Amino acid sequence: MKPLPREKENRSAVCFRHLSYRYGKTQALKDVSFTLAPQKLVGLIGPDGVGKSTLLSLISGARAIQKGDLFVLGGNLRSIAHRQKVCPRIAYMPQGLGKNLYFTLTVEENLQFFARLFGHDAAERRRRIDHLTKSTGLYPFLDRPAGKLSGGMKQKLGLCCALIHDPDLLILDEPTTGVDPLARRQFWDLIDRIRNERKNMSVIVATAYMDEAQRFDQLIAMDGGLILATGTPQELLAKTQQKNLDAAFIQLLPESKRQDHHTLVVPPLPDSADNEIAIKATGLTKRFGKFTAVDHVSFEIPRGEIFGFLGSNGCGKTTTMRMLTGLLPVTEGNAEIFGVKADHNTMASRLNLGYMTQSFSLYGELTVRQNLELYAHLYRIPADQVSGRVDEMLQRFQLQEVSGVYPKSLPLGIKQRLSLAAAVIHHPRLLILDEPTSGVDPVARDTFWELIIELSRRDKVTIFITTHFMNEAERCDRVSLMHQGRSLACDTPVHLVKARQARDLEEAFISFLEEASGTSGDTAMQENIPVKAEIPPKTPWWHFFAGYFNIRRWYSCMWRETLELARDPIRATLALFGAMLLMAVTGYGISMDVENLRYAVWDNDHSELSIDYANNIAGSRYFIEHPPIINYQDIDRRMSSGELSLVVEIPPDFGQKLEHGLQPEIAFWVDGAMPMRAETINGYVSMLHQEWLQNFAKYKLPLAPGGTSVAIQVRYHYNPDVRSLPAMVPAVIPLLLLMIPAVLAALAVVREKENGSIINLYVTPLTRLEFLLGKQCPYVIFATFSGILQILMAVFVFDVPVKGSVPFLLFSILIYSILATGMGLLASSVTRSQIAVIFLTMLGTILPASQLCGLITPVRAQNPLAQTIAAFYPTTYMLLICRGVFNKSLGFAELFRFLLPMLVMVPCFVVFGVSLLKKQES
Amino acid sequence: MLQTFLNVWRLGIKELRGLLRDPLLIGLIIYAFTLGVYISSTATPDTLNRTTIAIVDEDNSQLSGRLTDAFLPPYFVKPEPLKLHEIDNALDRGTYTFVIVIPRNFQRDVIYGRATDIQLNVDATRMSQAFIGNGHIQQIIQQEIQKYYHASSPPAASVVVRNRFNPNLTRAWFGSVVQLIDDITMLAIILTGAALIRERENGTLEHLLVMPVTAFEIMLSKVWSMALIVLLATGISLFVVIKEILGVPIEGSAGLFFVGVALHLFAVTSLGIFLACIARNMPQLGIMIILILIPMQLLSGGVTPRESMPQLVQFVMQAAPTTHLVEFSQAILYRGAGLRVAAVSFAKLFIIGAVLFFVSLVRFRKTMVQS
Repeated sequence: MKPLPREKENRSAVCFRHLSYRYGKTQALKDVSFTLAPQKLVGLIGPDGVGKSTLLSLISGARAIQKGDLFVLGGNLRSIAHRQKVCPRIAYMPQGLGKNLYFTLTVEENLQFFARLFGHDAAERRRRIDHLTKSTGLYPFLDRPAGKLSGGMKQKLGLCCALIHDPDLLILDEPTTGVDPLARRQFWDLIDRIRNERKNMSVIVATAYMDEAQRFDQLIAMDGGLILATGTPQELLAKTQQKNLDAAFIQLLPESKRQDHHTLVVPPLPDSADNEIAIKATGLTKRFGKFTAVDHVSFEIPRGEIFGFLGSNGCGKTTTMRMLTGLLPVTEGNAEIFGVKADHNTMASRLNLGYMTQSFSLYGELTVRQNLELYAHLYRIPADQVSGRVDEMLQRFQLQEVSGVYPKSLPLGIKQRLSLAAAVIHHPRLLILDEPTSGVDPVARDTFWELIIELSRRDKVTIFITTHFMNEAERCDRVSLMHQGRSLACDTPVHLVKARQARDLEEAFISFLEEASGTSGDTAMQENIPVKAEIPPKTPWWHFFAGYFNIRRWYSCMWRETLELARDPIRATLALFGAMLLMAVTGYGISMDVENLRYAVWDNDHSELSIDYANNIAGSRYFIEHPPIINYQDIDRRMSSGELSLVVEIPPDFGQKLEHGLQPEIAFWVDGAMPMRAETINGYVSMLHQEWLQNFAKYKLPLAPGGTSVAIQVRYHYNPDVRSLPAMVPAVIPLLLLMIPAVLAALAVVREKENGSIINLYVTPLTRLEFLLGKQCPYVIFATFSGILQILMAVFVFDVPVKGSVPFLLFSILIYSILATGMGLLASSVTRSQIAVIFLTMLGTILPASQLCGLITPVRAQNPLAQTIAAFYPTTYMLLICRGVFNKSLGFAELFRFLLPMLVMVPCFVVFGVSLLKKQES
Repeated sequence: MLQTFLNVWRLGIKELRGLLRDPLLIGLIIYAFTLGVYISSTATPDTLNRTTIAIVDEDNSQLSGRLTDAFLPPYFVKPEPLKLHEIDNALDRGTYTFVIVIPRNFQRDVIYGRATDIQLNVDATRMSQAFIGNGHIQQIIQQEIQKYYHASSPPAASVVVRNRFNPNLTRAWFGSVVQLIDDITMLAIILTGAALIRERENGTLEHLLVMPVTAFEIMLSKVWSMALIVLLATGISLFVVIKEILGVPIEGSAGLFFVGVALHLFAVTSLGIFLACIARNMPQLGIMIILILIPMQLLSGGVTPRESMPQLVQFVMQAAPTTHLVEFSQAILYRGAGLRVAAVSFAKLFIIGAVLFFVSLVRFRKTMVQS
């Protein structure tokens, strides 16, 4: 490779050369090169799926580079050392609603977590959190779990999390998607203010709002993985000779993509004679506990109207929609859809309804086409029309190219189009759309509105829609403004603008909101706490390996995981008491004593001796006698039905032959279907037989000397009464201590993979080691505690005393807990879905631990393969330690040799786990 | 009616497609039903296999030598000599399950008919090997002494043991089927339960509930599709691994067995759905599955005989589908029993499944919509 001109790369914020990226067959970036000057606000614009998000995730370091070079903040991102160095200086906010957040944690806790990751002290964290949340209006919601926030509020929180550590490079992927206009304005003011205070910061934003793009220093227009044009907004306007950026953007697109685009005209709603009411809400109210989400909202929507539902984030729009669809029961008031109560809807009324949720809710595991086909079928479109209808939708929403693609890998905008297509595929009479155009590019948005208008005006479909785009709201026949669960105003857009004497709808909207909340947006801004110049946290001298492990970050990770566990008390209770329940079940249920065996005698002799022989068996405590056997068919029938486990066949002339020393032969028929039981039966009957023979010999030849005088003294060590419980209880502890902690730890990681918050591992300075150990720690403590409970239960409930060294046992349990959770983490690092990880963990724990590690059969009695597996499996050793301490009164000196292999496994597990986990998406 | 059928069909196809998108899961299923069954049924030996034994021979006589030679592989590992004072230590370390002590002058005492005794030390923590081996060892010792003393006269009456259905008591015959049963149950519960929770977490289920689809259809689609996958895996496992590779003879009708497995799958997939209706997130479900699965495996009669368990346990376990599966599998596969014997188990499985399915159906809508 020829040497690159280093100077330029070092001075630029971001510089990429010949950067290409492909997902399978799709080429997302095609050999793009560009240099971004520092301290600038740079905007990426372009239709959905042209490589904007890919580019941003590459720059953030979340995605591994495939081809080309990428220099960020003065170094090549291909170098791991550089990535580690600049990571704390980059902040990345991924696309999607709250992708990097933890939904069970509160707003405050989410922010605390990120602040800790970057090493701020408590006072500094407090100051930053208060400052950021006050600026974004999240301050009153600090105690609310992130999952209960509305979509827009999640976006705000995501931004706060990104900004908390004063980054030098801020990467925002459609940050204001789904954010209300007021908040959007506050958001950009905040960015401006931060940029004023931190002159060095560069910002790269991808956005679908062209009015936002207006304020950027530089724009990059992209299409089809290529850069189409760059320059300041003015330059782009000049270049395309357009008045606004929306138009300029469309102008920039290749001919094929804009050919059918034209300015939208909304024909007026015809005054039809039939005034059928599509939706009627009167005093509609929803309360969740004390919190009133929707507060006496009333509206009436005639058929064919486009009704816009506007409002600040978290004002109850989605809740209202969920009530209208019948998903949520109404607390108070009434909602009727075409005269039918919403929560009593029938199959027929559901056919009239098309619904689109705010977050993507189609199947990620089906292709675009398969999804549409499924929905078409479920909406009862005749089978012969399905294919045509799906094609129509694919074409209408320009999805033909991706018809065979799985939605998971699609950009947000295209997913939204797919959801829309699924919502209208059955030509419903009513469409309920929750922010259908959030994250969709301007061209696609107009196409979509064309369809909406057509549906409304031509087919008289009623449209109930929420949006944050004011130009879309202007197209509605009427809009309702919501704030904190209440409807502020409901009228035509023109009237609303007039009523507030505003310039446009956006201004009117903001003025309504400001009036309602009693504060003006600017007062929040004026609370201008100066942002202190950042003092990078000093690295103490003992952090010589700080690059790989930082106590603070590890603690942060552990603290977050503990919180999540604490937020779900049912999980912890279930795990603790579940283990105890299992112990009771296994302790009482598994019995090695084979008793109550059903048998029958087939006595063909009926002599005194044969009856005596039969009585000898009947006297045994192991057997229960059933009616005698009559013939061979009887044996067959009763044994194959499972009624009898043993049949004793005494031959004819048994007594006579015995008397004459002719050695008669007794046959035992044993049910061998269950070999373990059969062997036990074999053992029992041969002992009984020997016993009887000895008695017979004594009675026959009382004086004869012989081997009969040899007594076998059996000494049962460690369990003199030969009860199952003392042998079983210590042995099940290692089994129980393994499974539950392993599954919990495994799910802890894979859940993050499935929810997307794993991105925080990719883009923050958090190392894999800190991440894994942080995740593991709460579960280790939990497992150890569970182990202590089990010991207590063994001693006090089952009366199985601990005879050996208790401290040694506790220490071993701690080590074993580390290994058990470590196994879960290992399983998690190779799986992506929660289903697979549960299955893998159970397969990997239950089978080896219960069958191969010596629980029932000693390890040395197994075949070589099983012995090898057992040698590398920690349960083998923990079992020996448990039995040693519980039953054999042993301690450190005798049992350390079993602890040693476990101690060796600890670092092995950690190294394996870390090396299997990926620090970048590939 | 037709619409219901079509919806159930379509949604089931969707489930199958989703499963096919998870290659790791497919790999795990294949492993569990082939290699997993093979390893577990061959690794655990027939009870008395390679039993570790040591002999403290204080007599060093011809008879004591004969006794030592009487413990033969594969039942026993060749007995190792031990000193008297080493016994406790050796048992502590767990090197041997049995230690036999033959006292001084043993042979002489036997010949002269004097009372003498052999000490048999058993490590009673060794569970089944200790309990079963004990009887065998005593028998071997007595026989050897008899043989030595009455070299000419045989015992007064002899015994012939006929183990029906499994003449050599090969563990793998039963072990493989028990392992298969465990896999069937585990997989069916996880597939339905976890898939449902995932759909709820992703919001796809909520979307379905707005559409003209009933909870009944959604549930039934999961039951049939997941049951089909497991049934397929069971077929491969039974015919290829168990019958061909492990060489376990199948006495009864395989068709009848599969009818029973299908009923069992109805019950356990319904159980999976039921658990998903109770659990609020995946970790809770994971723990619940363990809490349900372990007792079902241990107490269903697959590990230890049911008739030896406490009455209460036997009664409660009637409600567990595995109990009936273990029961009729033994009857059909080994004892060659027909429908008459299996019918009771089949009926019980159907009732269990129907109850779980119905209870879940009632709770479904309420629990699946997140507020």
